[in-house]
Parts: sequence; C-alpha cells; structure tokens
Amino acid sequence: MNGLDILALSASALVGLGIYGLLAARHLLRRVLAFNLVGSGLFLWFGAAGARGGVGVDPIPQALIITGIVVALAASALGVALVVAHARLSGPTLPEEAPCDPEPDNRA
Amino acid sequence: MTPLIWLVIAPLLGALAVLVVPARRMPAVALGAAAATLGAALALAAQVAGLGPRTVLLGGWTPPLGIVLKADGLGTAFAVMAALVMSGVALAARHELAPDKAGARAAYGFWPLMLLVWAALNTVFVSRDLFNLYVGLELLSLAAVALVALAGSREALAAAMRYLLFALTGSLLYLAGVVLTYSAHGTLDMAMLLARVPATGDGVALGLMTAGLMAKTALFPFHVWLPPAHAAAPAPASAMLSALVPKASLVILLRVWFEAMPDAAGDAALLVMAGLGAVAVIWGGVQALVQRKIKLVIAYSTVAQLGYFIIAFPLTGGDSAVKPWSAGAWTGMVFLALSHGLAKSAMFLVAGIWYSACGAQELRDLKGLARALPMSAFAFALAAVTLAGLPPSGGFTGKYLMMQAAFVAGLWPFALVMVAGGLLAAAYLYRPLAALFAKDEAISCAPVSRVRQAVPLALAAAAIILGVLSAEPFSFIKIGKPDAAVEGL
Amino acid sequence: MNAFLPVLILMTSLLPAGVIFFIPQASHTLRNTINIGAAVAKLALVAWMLLAVAGGASYESVLPLAPGLVLLLRVDALALLFISLSATLWLLTTIYAIFYLGNKAELSRFFGFFSLCVAATTGLALSGSLISFFLFFELLTLSTWPLVAHKQDQASLAAARQYLMFALPASASLLWAIIWLESYTGPVLFTDPPDLSGIEPWKLRTIFALFIAGVGAKAALVPLHGWLPSAMAAPAPVSALLHAVAVVKAGAFGVVRVVFDVFGASDMQALGVDVPLALLASFTILWGSWRALDQGEVKKRLAFSTVSQVSYIVLGAALAGPLAMVGALAHLVHQGLMKITLFFCAGIYDERAGVKKIEGLNGLGQAMPWTSVCFSLGALGMIGLPPLAGFVSKVYLGLGAIEVGAPWVVAVLIASTLLNAAYFLPLVYRLWFLPLGEGVEVSAQAESGAIGLIAPAVVTAAASLGVGLLAASAVSPLGWASLIVARGYLE
Repeated sequence: MNGLDILALSASALVGLGIYGLLAARHLLRRVLAFNLVGSGLFLWFGAAGARGGVGVDPIPQALIITGIVVALAASALGVALVVAHARLSGPTLPEEAPCDPEPDNRA
Repeated sequence: MTPLIWLVIAPLLGALAVLVVPARRMPAVALGAAAATLGAALALAAQVAGLGPRTVLLGGWTPPLGIVLKADGLGTAFAVMAALVMSGVALAARHELAPDKAGARAAYGFWPLMLLVWAALNTVFVSRDLFNLYVGLELLSLAAVALVALAGSREALAAAMRYLLFALTGSLLYLAGVVLTYSAHGTLDMAMLLARVPATGDGVALGLMTAGLMAKTALFPFHVWLPPAHAAAPAPASAMLSALVPKASLVILLRVWFEAMPDAAGDAALLVMAGLGAVAVIWGGVQALVQRKIKLVIAYSTVAQLGYFIIAFPLTGGDSAVKPWSAGAWTGMVFLALSHGLAKSAMFLVAGIWYSACGAQELRDLKGLARALPMSAFAFALAAVTLAGLPPSGGFTGKYLMMQAAFVAGLWPFALVMVAGGLLAAAYLYRPLAALFAKDEAISCAPVSRVRQAVPLALAAAAIILGVLSAEPFSFIKIGKPDAAVEGL
Repeated sequence: MNAFLPVLILMTSLLPAGVIFFIPQASHTLRNTINIGAAVAKLALVAWMLLAVAGGASYESVLPLAPGLVLLLRVDALALLFISLSATLWLLTTIYAIFYLGNKAELSRFFGFFSLCVAATTGLALSGSLISFFLFFELLTLSTWPLVAHKQDQASLAAARQYLMFALPASASLLWAIIWLESYTGPVLFTDPPDLSGIEPWKLRTIFALFIAGVGAKAALVPLHGWLPSAMAAPAPVSALLHAVAVVKAGAFGVVRVVFDVFGASDMQALGVDVPLALLASFTILWGSWRALDQGEVKKRLAFSTVSQVSYIVLGAALAGPLAMVGALAHLVHQGLMKITLFFCAGIYDERAGVKKIEGLNGLGQAMPWTSVCFSLGALGMIGLPPLAGFVSKVYLGLGAIEVGAPWVVAVLIASTLLNAAYFLPLVYRLWFLPLGEGVEVSAQAESGAIGLIAPAVVTAAASLGVGLLAASAVSPLGWASLIVARGYLE
C-alpha cells in the first residue's frame, strides 16, 4: 500500500462518514459538520489526484482546494448562523426536525 | 477594460460599495451599480452580435493553467435577461425594502446580497472552467440562502435552512464530479474537455455533476426546497430567486452536457432526465393548482417550468439535416428560459405590490384588484400568457420549437406533456386572474406609484416582445452555439 | 406598398385597442371618435382593396420569426370576404355598443378588448400560414374572455370560465395538429398546400380530426357547443359580435381553411373524412334547432339557432363541391347579417322594454315597430324564406349536395328549415298577432331616442334583404363567393 492508496482510502472514509451523517443525523449542527466531512474527503481526494504520474506534483488542485476550503468555510458559517438564529426564535430546544417538516398547511 | 470584465466586476464592486456607505445612501449606490452592470451587459451584447463570441484570458494565462471567460450568444442572452430583471428588482426594492417597511435588517442586507447574486450569475454565464463555475455557483447559493432568510421569521429561517442543505448536497455532488473529471483528464476547461480522450469514469462524473446541478436547479425530485424558500423571501428577492437563480445551474447543466462531454451522454440517461422533467411539469402544475397563497402558486409554477428545460435534452438533433425547421430544441429551451425569467420576475414583483399595498396574500384577497390596480393586474395577465405558452409570447416560441423537435425526434409523448403543462398552467393561472377580475367594492389599497407598477409591466411585456420579434433573438442565441446542440446528444 | 397594406389593415383595429385602454372613463367623445374613426378607416381600406382584388391584385406581408414560425399576412378573395363582413359589422356594432352601454362602468376596458377582438378576427382572416392562423386564433380566445366576463357578476364569470374550458383544450388540439402535420411537411402556407403523399392515412385522419376539434369548438360543433348558450350572459353587443363576426365565424372560417387550404378537397375525400364531417355538421344543424325549440329566453333561443346555422358553413365545406362551397361562403356572410340583426333587436327588447323571455314579446310589434320589423326580417331570413338571404344559401347548399351525390343532405336541409320555422315563427307571431301580456306596460315611446340602437339593426336587416334580392349581381356575397370558388377551388 503506497501513500496514494492511503490518501484515497482516507478520502473515501471521510466521504462515507459524511454521507452517513447527512442521512442519519437529525440535528442541524451535525448535518453542517457532516457536510464539512464530505467536503474534506473530496478535497483530500482532489489533492491525491494532483500527485498522479509520480513525477512532481500538479499545483492546480492545491490552488483549487484552497479556494474550495474558503467556500466551504463560508457555507458552514452561514449554516451555523441559520441554526443559531432559528434556535433563538424557537426557544431553548435545539432545532431537530423543525426545518424539514412539510410546508405548513398551505393547500386549498 | 472590456464589457465582459465589467459584467462581473461592476456588481461585485457595487456589493462592496453599498457596505461602506451610510444606510440611506445604499439604494442609490446599488442603483448606480445596477445601471453600470446593465450597461455592461448591453455593450457586451452589441459586441457579441457584431463580432461573435468574446473571450478574456484572466491574467493572460492560457488553460489549463489559467481561466477563460467567454461570452457566447447563450451566456450573453442570459446576462442581458438577468440585467433587465435585476434592474426591475432594484427599482421595486427601493420601495419595498425601505427600512420603514421591511425593517432595518432586511433593508440593510438586501442590497449587498442582491449585487452578490448578480455578480455570481454573470460569473456563471461567462465561465468555461468547471471549478470556476463551482465557485460562482457556491457564491450564488450562499447569497440566495441569505436572501431567503432575510425576512427573519421562523418560517423563513426554516426554509433557508432546508434550501442550504439541498444546495450544499448539490455542491458536494457537483464537486465530486469535478474532482473525478480532473483526475481522469487533468483539465477543467470545457474546450479542452471536449477534445479529451474519453475515459471510463466520464459517465459517473457527468452523472454526479448532473445530480448536483439538478438539486440546485430544483428539478424534480429535488424541488421540495423551492416553494417554501421562494414564498418566504421578500417579493423582490423571490423575483430573482425564481427567475434567475435556477437559471445559473441550468446554464452549467447545458454547458456540461453540450459543450464539455456531449459524447458521454447515453440515450437511457437522457430519457430518464427528460422523464423527470415531464413529471416536474405535471406535478408542479397540479401543486400550483391547489395552493391558496398567490406566492406559492407562482413558486410551484417555477417547479413546473423548470421541467420543460430538462425535457429539451433528448430532443436536440434528430432529423434536422433534412428538416431544417425542426432544429430548434436547444434554442427553444433557451427561449423558454429567457421568457420564463422575465415573466416570473414580473409575477413576483406584482405579488409584492399586492401584498404591500393591499395586504393581499391569498388568492381570495385578490378580488377586485383589477380595478384598484389595473396596471399590475394587466402585467400579471401578460406574464400568465407567457407562462401558459400562448402566442405570441416568447414562451410560445420556445414551446413550439421544442414540440416540433419532439415530433421530428420521434419523442412525441414529450410534446403531449408540454401541451398538458400549458393547459395546467392556464388552469392554475386562471384562478388568480378570475379573482382579480371579480367585482369587489370593499377593496382598499394604499396608492402605488405608476413607476412601481410599470416595472413588472415592462418585464412582462419584454417576454411578449421576445416572441413577437423572435427572429433577432433567435439568431443571437445561436452565436457560438455548440455543435452538439445541432447534431444532438 | 403591397407588403404594407395587410399590416395597415390589421393596425386599424390593433392600434386603437392599444390606445383605448388608457382613455379615462369620462372621456366619451375621445373614445367614441377613435372607435368610430378606426372602424370607418378600416371599412374604407377594405372597400378599396375589394376593388383591387376583384381586378386580380393580391397583397402579402411576411414577418419571419424563428424557423418554422412564419407570420404571413395575405389578402386574397376568401380573406376579403371575411374581412368585409367583419369591417362592416364592426362599425355597426361599435355604434350600437356606444349607445347600448351609454355611461356604464369600465367602458375603456370594454372597447379596448372589443377592438382587440376585431383585430384578432382581421388577423385570422388575413393569415396566410397555419401558424399565423393559430396565433390570431389564440388572441381571439384571450381578447374575448374579458368581454364575456364584462359584467363581472357570478353568471358572467362562470360563462367566461366555461368559454375558456372549451376554448383552451381546443387550442391545444389545434396546436397539436399543426405541429404534427408540420413535422412532416415544414411550415404550411395556404397559398401552397402541403404535399401529404408521404404520410400514413391513419395519421392524416387523426390530424384532420384534431384540426376539426380545434376549430370546431369555436364553431360550436356538437358536442363542443356547450359554451355558446351560456356566453349569453355577456352584454348584447358582445353576443352580436360573438355570433355574427368573431368567435363562431372564426371557427367556421377555420374549417374552410383546413378543408381547402391545408388538406384540399380531393385529399379529404380520398381519406374518407368528408362524410363523417358532413354527418357531424348535419347532426349539429338538427340538434341545435331541436334544442332551440324549448328555450324560453330569446337570447338562448338565438344562441342555439347559431349552433345550428353555423354548421351550414361546415356542411358546405364538407361536401366540397363547387356549388355547396359557394353556398357555404355566402352563408358565412348571410348568417352574420341575419344573426346580428336578431341580436341587435334582442338587445333593444331587453334594454328598452325589459323583455328577456319569449312571452314578453307578445304584442310588441305595435309598440316597437322598427325593432320588430327588423327582428321579423332576420327570423324569416333564418328560416330561408325567399327572397331573403337565408334562402339563397340553402338553395346553393341543396344544389351542391345533389351535385356531389349526397341527396340525403337535402333532407337535412328540409328538416332544419321546418325546425327553424317551428322556433322562429312563434316569435314573429307573438310580436304581431298576440295582444300585450296582462299587466305589461310598454310605453309608446319605447323606441324614441334609441336611434343609435335601431339604426344598426335597420341597416343589417335591409342588408340581409338586399343580399338576397341582389344575389345574382357580382357584388353580392354570393357573387363574391362564386369568384372565390372559381379562382381557388374549381380545378
């Protein structure tokens, strides 16, 4: 098992964990974290893709990963801010299912 | 600098500028930025019409190292449509998001977010690099989610949260596709991808990107976030969320399929996608038919209309060499998307006027409004003509071209879906129209200035004009049209 | 100039429509001037073109849209027949409407859509390609809706809704037919009928049925006629326009176009769809008359009579012989003149004497002689009494039927005539030979001051007498119809 395999395996593990979290976690904060896990896994994989061929390292993925991390950070911050704002309005209980309940009665 | 650069930079600079000026100056600065961007879009359109597609290498670097911005007919047409809609939105928001009406927080947050959405849209319309598109799309989603949350109510926050989760899932799927593509081909530039040696993973990459983009476009079955989100936002924000934001991911979808990997498209996949589109047309229409709130009717109508766009994918090509009049599926879809943008924004702006001036939220509150606010009622009716695909609107031109292509491609059931969708649209739009037209003497509305009523009327009329004078836009959209759109996938 | 004229003639009603919407309710003089001025201008233009086209000229304007969408406006003899009818009756109906509506609410909206409706009819008549025909067909649907719903009460809104429930699915059927056909042939121009040889017959039959369903809903072919009687909720000028010029006629005109300029008479017969269409038309003729018998309201009775009478045109087209065709085209004009007379009069009875039911007509001949003479002329013409207009059409239809070897049609015509007499004669009888009903007070001045209402009725009644008397002359509708058939369909 060479270094690339280790990277690929860890990337897959991260993505898998993240997807599990997205599907299984009800708590919104956990979902935001799960999103970050998947993102990290993808970035790791992307970085590994830059080392293909063995001669030198392709710098483009690294540049893109940095951009991607910034984007993910912004998305997470927005997510957390929404969770907090929602929690403030809904009282001390943390928002479990609330945002995903079907649209309030709006049928004729 | 060229209009192509200004198209992206002007709204971005505007977004920064509105943050540093005093709150009461924000609308003025934002309108200035809007005027500059509108000017850039029109100047770019003139250039593209005269000289063909325009290209800019960012920093002078060529791909695969550098990033290319390229304005073709498709991207420029969308940029011009977005500029018209955004200018209308900005004019409407000056009234509706005044601090005394919408609250200080929404009034402050709206302007930079609006300009950010615009910058992201324009970036997407002119980018040809899969990762650059990803960044544009993310910027767009984040700004859009924030716009949904702007109202600050519990429902708005819940809708925003749900939207964010769908958008993030979509981003991850898309990003996974991008990473796969890069590891297989070492480039993310579309022109280079078109010339690539096909690899085994291409289908998977295309599938992942498509799934992600469908989630962001709210294409069935990923549409559940759209109606509550679009209904919860303030009306001017809903206008751009419904009319423009889904178009960005749609353009990427178009570009990925037709410009980057037309060879990876399988017949079965195309039919599945178009089938989902067909279900969306019917399902969205039926849902719109049973809603009580006017904004939800309009929002579900967006779900239905988005379905048409994806139906066009398998209809391209066909017998077009022998039957030149039938080569219009791709162009027809673009027509449909452009006129939908204009008409849908007009509808949301009108709904905003009705809500803020008359307190009308539900269909039954609309009684008698045709007399109280005739211009806005007329604007709604014109927009309805476009959405139902009745002639002579741009919506009709688009549907006609697509139906013609469906017959020639031997896929007439999709034409049937389009006809049924048109009838459904007529039915669900008839309900608000009949309510508007009914008599009610007791209605009381705050006075609404003519200019404010004229904005949606102008947008709705633009959608009609797009159909009446369709020859010019038609040849404009074809500038730089990808070969695959002619030959079929 | 020749390319400009068709557009100009369309603009004579399209431009006023755009302007009238924005005229304040109180500016009666301005609105009326524009209305009448536009109608007169159009009539003058049509008269001028009639002369030119009789001499062999034709006019054409093309606006190419996206591929396949050719907007073609063309003045030919058939178009002119329809346009002359609509231009003449538009002027008369406008005068009538101005006096009928007086100072009622929302006049600018009414006349705006009224002009738009006429613009759509004009465009429909001028259409030289299937897609332009469809475009104006839809514009007609949309611009008629606000007219039917004009009173904005429950009944009007329900009628308008029912109208759309028939009209929009029919449009969908028409669009489907157009696109299906054009997917084989490319854009269909009426001047250059498409080559149908390569298409399987069952497909062509289906396309034909879709076409007929599409235009048939407007022509009130049974079973697509349900909207017409309820549309009576509209104000009288609208009913007059709907029944004589605009909607119903557009449907009948559409049938003529589809039969002769899309499929062609010989292809239609080869496909074997002519007999079913003739049967459907015959059934509609009898069914409409039958239903008219037991209608207690004057306007409802007239409405079912329209269902029946318009199908004469469809019948003539289905028979597809030269004489039947002449009869059908002449009836397009004749029925318009007679039916608009009847509706004008029905409106006057309602407005001036408050009479809606047929019992109310008793003895009105004395109190309202002008109206009643006009009404009687229209009714007798509908029955087909010589030398009135209806007689001429029926004779030609009957001769045409024998010519193409379908003598059963003559039986239909006779049966229909008997039914016509059965539901119209009692009205005439009531007007002249029965005393005023118990306790009914109709002032002797019921007609005074109603000159604006009565004059249009007198003109159309005189015309329906005139076109019958002068049928043999070349300038009569019959003469013009013979010209059309001789030019186009007599190969």
